[in-house]
Amino acid sequence: MKTRQKTTLVATACLILSLAASSFVLHRTDQLRPQVAPDEVLFLSSPKVIERASLGYDGLMACIYWTRAVQYFGYRHHYFASSYNLLAPLLEITTHLDPHLLVAYEFGTSFLAPKPPHGAGEPERAIELLEYGIQTNPDNWKLYYDLGFVYYMELRDYKKAAETFERGSHVPNAHPFLKVMAAQMAQHAGEYETARMLWSATYQTAQDAQIKENAVEHLRALHVDEDVERLQHAVTRFGERTGRLPASIAELASAEGLAGTPVDPDGHPYKMTPEGRIEIRVPDDFPFATKGLPPGYKPAPKYHQLQ
Amino acid sequence: MPAIEILGLEKTYSVGFWRKRPKRALHPLHLTVEDGEIFGFLGPNGAGKTTTLKLLMGLVFPTAGSARILGCDWTDPQVKAQIGFLPEQPYFYDYLTAHELLEYYGQLSGVPAKQRKQRVEHVLQQVGLRDVQGVQLRKFSKGMLQRVGIGQAILHDPKLVFFDEPMSGLDPMGRREVRDLMSHLKSEGKTVFFSTHILSDAETLCDRVAVIHKGELRGVGKVEDLTSAVQGKVEVIWHGTQVPASIKALGAECHVTGDRVRAIINENQQEAMIDTLRRERLRLIAITPVRTSLEAYFVEKLRRAETTAGSTV
Amino acid sequence: MDEEDSMNTRIAYIASNTFREAVRDRVLYNLIAFALLLSGAAILVGQISIEIERLVVINLGLTAVSLFGIVIAIFIGIGLVSKEIEKRTLYTVLSRPVRRWEFIVGKFFGLAGTLVVNTFFMAIGVFAALFYVSHKFVRADALILVALYFIVLEFVIICSLALLFSSFSSPLLSAVFAFSLFVIGSFAEDLRNFAGMAHGFSRWLATGAAYLVPNFSAFNVITSIAHEHPVAGQLILQNTLYALFYAAMALSGAVLIFERRDLK
Repeated sequence: MKTRQKTTLVATACLILSLAASSFVLHRTDQLRPQVAPDEVLFLSSPKVIERASLGYDGLMACIYWTRAVQYFGYRHHYFASSYNLLAPLLEITTHLDPHLLVAYEFGTSFLAPKPPHGAGEPERAIELLEYGIQTNPDNWKLYYDLGFVYYMELRDYKKAAETFERGSHVPNAHPFLKVMAAQMAQHAGEYETARMLWSATYQTAQDAQIKENAVEHLRALHVDEDVERLQHAVTRFGERTGRLPASIAELASAEGLAGTPVDPDGHPYKMTPEGRIEIRVPDDFPFATKGLPPGYKPAPKYHQLQ
Repeated sequence: MPAIEILGLEKTYSVGFWRKRPKRALHPLHLTVEDGEIFGFLGPNGAGKTTTLKLLMGLVFPTAGSARILGCDWTDPQVKAQIGFLPEQPYFYDYLTAHELLEYYGQLSGVPAKQRKQRVEHVLQQVGLRDVQGVQLRKFSKGMLQRVGIGQAILHDPKLVFFDEPMSGLDPMGRREVRDLMSHLKSEGKTVFFSTHILSDAETLCDRVAVIHKGELRGVGKVEDLTSAVQGKVEVIWHGTQVPASIKALGAECHVTGDRVRAIINENQQEAMIDTLRRERLRLIAITPVRTSLEAYFVEKLRRAETTAGSTV
Repeated sequence: MDEEDSMNTRIAYIASNTFREAVRDRVLYNLIAFALLLSGAAILVGQISIEIERLVVINLGLTAVSLFGIVIAIFIGIGLVSKEIEKRTLYTVLSRPVRRWEFIVGKFFGLAGTLVVNTFFMAIGVFAALFYVSHKFVRADALILVALYFIVLEFVIICSLALLFSSFSSPLLSAVFAFSLFVIGSFAEDLRNFAGMAHGFSRWLATGAAYLVPNFSAFNVITSIAHEHPVAGQLILQNTLYALFYAAMALSGAVLIFERRDLK
């Protein structure tokens, strides 16, 4: 029995030590070899090949690729990436596997079209995706909404947007909102109200948390843009009336008959530069604002930027 | 009506990759087994005993020939209800217990449910497995499996049983029990056909035997008839302590044990021996014919067959 | 009819013994792995978007039911006959009034029955996971039963094929054949399209192959019912008929081969 115990002891010690040693060596080897960002590789990129490879279990594959697309975008977005090369292929594969996965089209609408770092900057691919969605889901009016949204928001093609909303309004059981938007496009394309209506609709109908969050940020930005524009006009009017710039925001506010200092949606008061420019106090809090930004403003990189 | 009539059954296997080389496992066999007898089918390993049994069971299909079992065509499925089979080195579903196996086989043999329970109990008792009936067969020793095999063969009370090497794997006690069982079956009017390469068993049990070698039948008949074909010897015992010269001259082999002498002489030397003993005034105790054993007959037959064939094993 | 009754009872006994063998072979332990998989997924899925939780659970659950079952069908099926021949357990069975074809049919029903029971327990798991993520049942959930029925029909086809291969081939080769046919079966539609475009001999070959190979594409409705699309009654009927005819074909083949086989 003694030899057996000895063997057991030696073998166990050998096992633990060699496990530790091999793990250590592997760790060192990893540091030597060049790092390839794991998420930038798509081994199979053809939707048709992947469909064959899934042996009929398309639905589950679609869910897997969808999850991957969401995580891919979320991760890179968190680090303010400047490119999202895989987003379009991943969404295309997802929708090819399951053309009825509507949330994927919505995701493409919100994040394929806009420019980096907020999106992939590929509005044409977003349009392709949505047209494919409309083809495979002819009874779905929401996809027409999404398509029109892309034309409006990213391409500023109000005519096409109006046409799309019009097409969509003919779908049975279409939301009357589509007809409203078609009309709105025709007359008030460039107005804040239109944009607000669209972003509100997106927020209410979105299934995905990231899409909702994105919509909220846009609505906040609209609010700020409107505020800044209004205040800027007030400054101009003040100048026309008094021949000088207001001494402070407070003076401007009282002159306009506003109760208290004008504040942004976060409760921070707007500020006015000595040159009479209205600015947002913390521009980083409003990533989509187009007005009230200090000259030469660049969003502060919070983390090491991803290429 | 004979229990078994084998009418020219033969089996040739095609071996080799392209199945071109024929291998004759069984030459055309003609054999009859009478009702109610214990028939021994003897031969060395590879002689064709198992092939014959598998042909009769329908496990293997003959190249030519046919057979009749209990008066019916051997392929008739109904015949199977009347026969039992114990294969060589049997193997059974090892996830079942002995009881479950017999129960299942009873179901397959068509034993009605009411009788089944009784028969299973009875058979388990008969083969000495009642105490382990709830144990899974995977835990059984070779001898125990052999007993289960015998049990399943007799479970449905068949008229005719086929045993392939029934003594294999059994200790002397077990072999005795199987021999007793076979005699018991005969006493119940059943026919037993069993193959073996152990000649002593055949000698004690069988009414008739057949000898097969290299797929060919070498001899059939009653044990005595077969053995008497070879010249008989006689054993003579008398009082004495020495072997007289005149007896030595007869060329007998003598053994002295205590105050007795034993000598084996040829049958035709009997008279000469008695005269010699009288002349020497030696007291005769016994004269007994010594039957040649089946083994001698066997070896003789096979040796002769080999010399005729001109080949070695 | 006495003879017919005994035939049916013998098949029933063989079937129930096959089921018993599968259970004692601990096949039902796969349910534990299945339960763990589904529970883990149901909990994780809560972290993805709302609305598609249900989609993921249905897709994952039914795919797992299908895959687990096909693996079991193949792994048990390939040994059903060949193991008995190799281990010679068949000798004492066939020395009884059991026809060789009854043996094949009995084994088939035993294996199919095992899978039906297994699927039943898995179905409970899927519905439980669904309830966990959705906190309610909707009428459309009844469609899951249709998907499960189609999966069972797939099992029937796979069992019959595994049995066919088992009747003449070793377990390893049978496994390869069976898995290959399953894979090719998911491309069967492409094969038919190819046959339509090909000419001459390759057209005959492709057409023959396309109809000989099991076509599973019509049986996979998992994606549709996950989106609550209804399934046509006509499809249910036709799939049932296809599965029955195909299984009958494979079993007939198995019987033909097995009836002629010398058992070494």
